[in-house]
Amino acid sequence: MIPAIEQLCEAVRAAVPDAVLEIIPSTPAAAQPALLVDGAHVVAVAKYLRDDPSCRLDFCSCVTGVDYLAKGSIEVVYHLYSVALKHGPVVLKVRAPRDLDQCRVPSLTPVWRGCEFQEREAFDLYGVKFDGHPDLRRILMWDGFQDFPMRKDYVPPADYEWEPTPHDEVLKRAKAGGGIMPPSAAVEVKK
Amino acid sequence: MIDDGLKSELQKHGVFVVSTEWLYNWGRKSSIWPLQFGLACCAIEMIAAAAARYDLARFGAEVFRATPRQADLMIVAGTVTKKMAPQVVRLFNQMPEPKYVIAMGACAISGGPFKDGYNVLKGVDRYIPVDVHIPGCPPRPEALLHAIITLQEKITGQHIDRTRWYDAKATTEFPIPVFGEHDLVPAANPEVWQPPKDYRDVTNAEVKKPA
Repeated sequence: MIPAIEQLCEAVRAAVPDAVLEIIPSTPAAAQPALLVDGAHVVAVAKYLRDDPSCRLDFCSCVTGVDYLAKGSIEVVYHLYSVALKHGPVVLKVRAPRDLDQCRVPSLTPVWRGCEFQEREAFDLYGVKFDGHPDLRRILMWDGFQDFPMRKDYVPPADYEWEPTPHDEVLKRAKAGGGIMPPSAAVEVKK
Repeated sequence: MIDDGLKSELQKHGVFVVSTEWLYNWGRKSSIWPLQFGLACCAIEMIAAAAARYDLARFGAEVFRATPRQADLMIVAGTVTKKMAPQVVRLFNQMPEPKYVIAMGACAISGGPFKDGYNVLKGVDRYIPVDVHIPGCPPRPEALLHAIITLQEKITGQHIDRTRWYDAKATTEFPIPVFGEHDLVPAANPEVWQPPKDYRDVTNAEVKKPA
């Protein structure tokens, strides 16, 4: 049985004394309490969680990002399980600023090999740069793509066509004009 | 032209009189070889249509070819992502004329439930000319059979001397979109696709009279 999050936090604090830890309690939206770790010590904490005999969290099942536009931060969330001891999940979170050049967290791929593709996905969609990742490049979108589409301030390309009953967002775009016809195609038509 | 009475009379004696065009189209429509090419769950329905229960072989369209060079028909079965779109257009360009396209399912027609997504093409007809659209999510195998029959009817009605592919000036190559910084460039091929007009801008004179 995995220790309760408070005991786990104390154990981590004892093992990695410098780490800045915070327990994020469970909410209706996130049913699991989470352990927020500062970026500088997350690798040490991850290694402890993986190697400690009572934790043995040997499997990272999910890596994703969460964009907090109002708070100006992006959170990277790791879901950890133990296959050996059949327990989990433990939710590990790291925060980084939203600004693209400062949005960096250490990669946990050296700790859990399975993080590689999922960290690439988080980089592709949220623009989080993982320091120490062996092969950080886009995985879903193409290489020349400039945007990070899961960020909340992402503006999708104006490739909508007119709809028979425009409403809501599409109606706004229709009234604003320009968003209905792809701009590049519109230039072609005018020739 | 031979009149129908004489034709029928000759048929009773085992003599079939048809035009070259009829024979040519009959041969083509009875052996539409599709490209073996599936993109999403619609492909599962396409596989079911080709298998024993629905038996696409009854219509001569069971020979799925693994190369575009031997295919007559591209069944776009599923969601075309923007990353996949250039490959779809390239495969279509590699098919020899005469060639046809069936857009199978909501995604291939318009992007379907993913239309609002940043990564899905809002209809494959933005880059290649589509002959038959099948609505459905996914369409049942019967719907695909109906599309094949509809395509056969279209082929039957084509005239050899007026077909696109015997026109020396006609293009059979469609421009392949390239990956841009924010979207595919161009976002549509205006020669094959134009956005529908706002009904408020369509004048009465422009409304097509039914044939």
